[in-house]
Amino acid sequence: MIQPVILWTDALVFLLVVVVLVFALYARNKEHLRAPWRQVVRSRMAVASLVVLSAYTVTGLLDSIHFRTALPETAGQREIQYSGEVLSVLDTLLGPVRTQVEKSYSAPFATHLYTRESVTTGEGETVRIFPRLQFGGAHLADPAHKGADIAARSAIAAAQAVSATAALYLLAGVMLARRRRRPLFAMLGQLARGETEIPWRTALLAVLLIALLVALLANLSAAYHVLGTDKVGQDVLYQSIKSIRTGLVIGTLTTLVMLPFAVFLGMMAGYFRGWVDDVIQYLYTTLNSIPGVLLIAAAVLMMQVYMANHPELFETMAERADLRLLFLCLILGVTSWTGLCRLLRGETLKLRELDYVQAATAFGVSRATILVRHLLPNLLHLVLIAVVIDFSGLVLAEAVLSYVGVGVDPTTLSWGNMINGARLEMAREPMVWWSLLAAFTFMFTLVLAANLFSDAVRDAFDPRLRR
Amino acid sequence: MTQPLLDVTDLRVRIGAGDRGIRPVDGVSFHIRRGETFALLGESGCGKSMTALSLLRLLPQPAGRITGGSVKLDGEELMALPETGMRSIRGGRIAMIFQEPMTSLNPVMTVGAQIEESLQQHQGLRGAVARQRVLELLDAVGIPDAERRYGEYPHQLSGGMKQRIMIAIALAGDPDLLIADEPTTALDVTIQAQVLELIKQLQRERGMAVLLITHDLGVVSGMADHVAVMYAGQIVEQAPRDAFFAQPRHPYSRMLFSALPDSSKREERLAVIPGTVPALNQTFQGCRFAGRCDRGWAHCERAVPEWFETGSETGVRCHLADPQISAPGSRAEEADRATGQRVYGEAGAVRTELLQVDGLKVFFPIHKGFFKRVVGHVRAVDDVSISIPRGQTLALVGESGCGKTTAGKAILQLLEATAGKVQFEGVELTALRGEALRSRRRDFQIIFQDPFSSMNPRMSVGDIIEEGMTAQRIGGAAPQRRQRVQQLLEQVGLRPEHAHRYPHEFSGGQRQRICIARALAVNPKLIVCDEPTSALDVSVQAQILNLLQDLQSELGLSYLFITHDLSVVSYLADRVAVMYLGRIVEEGEVHEVLDSPRHPYTEALLSAVPSIDAGGETTVIRLEGDLPSPSSPPAGCHFHPRCPRAVAECTRSYPQRTDLSATHQVRCHLYPG
Repeated sequence: MIQPVILWTDALVFLLVVVVLVFALYARNKEHLRAPWRQVVRSRMAVASLVVLSAYTVTGLLDSIHFRTALPETAGQREIQYSGEVLSVLDTLLGPVRTQVEKSYSAPFATHLYTRESVTTGEGETVRIFPRLQFGGAHLADPAHKGADIAARSAIAAAQAVSATAALYLLAGVMLARRRRRPLFAMLGQLARGETEIPWRTALLAVLLIALLVALLANLSAAYHVLGTDKVGQDVLYQSIKSIRTGLVIGTLTTLVMLPFAVFLGMMAGYFRGWVDDVIQYLYTTLNSIPGVLLIAAAVLMMQVYMANHPELFETMAERADLRLLFLCLILGVTSWTGLCRLLRGETLKLRELDYVQAATAFGVSRATILVRHLLPNLLHLVLIAVVIDFSGLVLAEAVLSYVGVGVDPTTLSWGNMINGARLEMAREPMVWWSLLAAFTFMFTLVLAANLFSDAVRDAFDPRLRR
Repeated sequence: MTQPLLDVTDLRVRIGAGDRGIRPVDGVSFHIRRGETFALLGESGCGKSMTALSLLRLLPQPAGRITGGSVKLDGEELMALPETGMRSIRGGRIAMIFQEPMTSLNPVMTVGAQIEESLQQHQGLRGAVARQRVLELLDAVGIPDAERRYGEYPHQLSGGMKQRIMIAIALAGDPDLLIADEPTTALDVTIQAQVLELIKQLQRERGMAVLLITHDLGVVSGMADHVAVMYAGQIVEQAPRDAFFAQPRHPYSRMLFSALPDSSKREERLAVIPGTVPALNQTFQGCRFAGRCDRGWAHCERAVPEWFETGSETGVRCHLADPQISAPGSRAEEADRATGQRVYGEAGAVRTELLQVDGLKVFFPIHKGFFKRVVGHVRAVDDVSISIPRGQTLALVGESGCGKTTAGKAILQLLEATAGKVQFEGVELTALRGEALRSRRRDFQIIFQDPFSSMNPRMSVGDIIEEGMTAQRIGGAAPQRRQRVQQLLEQVGLRPEHAHRYPHEFSGGQRQRICIARALAVNPKLIVCDEPTSALDVSVQAQILNLLQDLQSELGLSYLFITHDLSVVSYLADRVAVMYLGRIVEEGEVHEVLDSPRHPYTEALLSAVPSIDAGGETTVIRLEGDLPSPSSPPAGCHFHPRCPRAVAECTRSYPQRTDLSATHQVRCHLYPG
């Protein structure tokens, strides 16, 4: 028995997914909306980064479906008791990676702990040794065979990845051949030579790379701690993967919070001018002159105090951590709308003088309709560019804020918290480096892909860059 | 024969590669002698500017490249020169001036420094010597008070002044050849006359050759010694000026002439060139003009016409000139019947005023300082009174900045009038507010100048046309409205299925048709046409003017036609009001004002229009200086500082209105009441 749990951020994340899907359906028949996207997917770089981003997104979405499992029934129980631990679909998929917890630090692929421990031998003698890990490489009778075992598992993984990609290649070939009414064999050849308009070959290569990684991790992480374990013995790989959701939530929900402010106020200021403009300009210049970190720190600390005083509001720890995450998104959003607002105000000032807005006025079209039908659609490209570019900045901002201590809840797994923890690990001797490296690699890949993708989006949507 | 200064043979340019690559210049040959003015004439998109740029090897990089041909300057092959060699040619031996003086000057450098830069590059002059030479040049291009102007920035100068500065920069290298790419298109007629006069005078003094690129037959007539007509990347006709204007040989040239509106063609349909310039990314099987030609026959579609020399330096690229082919009878006879007819009768005798504007004023406050105090007003429209009867056209004529567009928008209540009355069918529009004004708006509509910015690029054509109906809640339910949209599209000469397309898929002329359909959708009684044809080519302009005429006789519309183009006025308008600095200086029936102008400004305006009939040598009444700022108009008569006939009284008071006849009024001290 399970009980679904819908956290605040889950609801908002899925709302966002629905909005994107609705927009995609709407845009399908509108040539002017499709054309720039078609240009985006023609770029090889954009397609490759899109594949990487999709992998992250799928992980994040799987991690956003939460539930609680029922506790085993005890005698005399009236109703089912649910566990206080909130799990996600991703947790069940990761299975052993989550549950195989060691005692303390262990290096990647290690079979022994990273620290000496006093162990009482059979003869009653106490020695200080590096004990074998409980799970990592536990199936090996002799740790010396580790290399061969890893190689064998890697080979299986490679075979799985290649066959999965090959199946995908065939599937893509069949679909394209059917759509273009061409023989399958010719289509497959075209795909392999990279002669299609949309760079399918690049996409397939990116998929192959990701499939290879996933297969490797899946095969190896069952028997080893691929990225090592942290101070309390938790798998670093698990932490890194779980942090993906935190990063994505911060990157997307913050813009969701920011957009209404920026779009609404920016258009108002530009279209109505006069005192409306004065008030809005005053608002954002004031907000802009307060250091953002100061505002965020003050708000987060106040929230923290409130939560500590009202523990009865939260049924589980997860809910509490989630609310803090949402609050961080809110406060980040409130402090970051000014830039886009200023941009939209300027553009609206320009657009409102254009002839087609004047023509609409001459028809007696109401102001609200002019704003929605004539101004908003012509501002959307700016909004989109800003959202995509801001995304990576926000992911990085989370890391910085958590490092400073005013970011997400310490129990929430996030790259920022991992980096914060690594501060002490780097200082100890011998050094523990894998936490930092793992967080860095995961975050770097996401931000790089997002940046490359946003470049392509900007090129396609910015009218000033068109010839 | 002496060697020509510039000899271009078989020049070919290609932009982009593959199927999308276009050939804007495809086998162009001509030559220019010293001291000669050679005019390259054609519509937009014909490759005129590309030809000029490729002479200097300044094609847009990396897409453009010269694929063939030779350009010889004084016998020296320019195509073979290294890039460093080209640098001394550009600006040195060949100088160029561009269409848009506003963007051709660097806004953060003083004009003196910009001229000096060119002097330093080509003559190696520095310091005091250079400064002295700059002052001489400023003097030569007719800029008064050169000492002061030397240290000024481009934004402090007017459009005409900036174009003079551009010419001064071009002259700094002491060029043998001056390429002028539409040098006066962005300027007003009176300023255009000044600039053209200046180019002519400089050419006489220095013996420069001029390559003049233009679309304006009037300018060609006044300036050129030799004319080449370009169409779709090729020169289709070449002739000395007099021969060309006496008898144009290529059908395209002839149709350009007949598409020009003027008073002699009143009440007739203008000849139109159907269609548009073909896309240049194709390989042509036949004549490039075949699809639009009124004399074409089957042979034109099959064979590419050769270049036929018909005299020394005269030639035409047309099968009609081929002595070995006998052309069948003209397809044009049918068209001629249509164009020759008097299709538009005089307006009915009953004269009821539709719109009556009385003492309209529009002032824009000038804010200054920290508290944004009002320190003055821009008097854009200052006491304008006009009236338009039903089914008639009033033309509002004036130079840019005289307030004619502002007046139009204030009449439509798109701008708030500072004072005055606007009565539409007896209803005072300035007093209407909110819903009452909103529902009234269906009766008066507007067509804009720029067909590219006047439609929302994110809406389909059908939605654009339907918008007015939806806003006014007329036209019934959705299916009926859609039917009406299709009917409107047919009415303006487009196809019903165009409703599903987006504005960017249409050419300028087609867009203007859509704008007209949009205005018609709400069944207006008055349409304000704000320079509806000034962004269009001559042949397309004729199509639009015909359409406007047709609609007027069909639907009994009234037009307020705002324009600076007097030939359009004489063709289309019933009455004319001439505006200068926010006020109407002369008003009357079109023949009264255009045939016997009384106000010195009207006289000057009319004489400045380059005419193709006048044989080149007309006495242009030159106006000194530019339009003064409407924020501080001159005391007395606004026109007196520029007026060639000003008397002492003019500096003291603004003249009262004088009725010269029942329909002709003027405000000038020369005609005391």
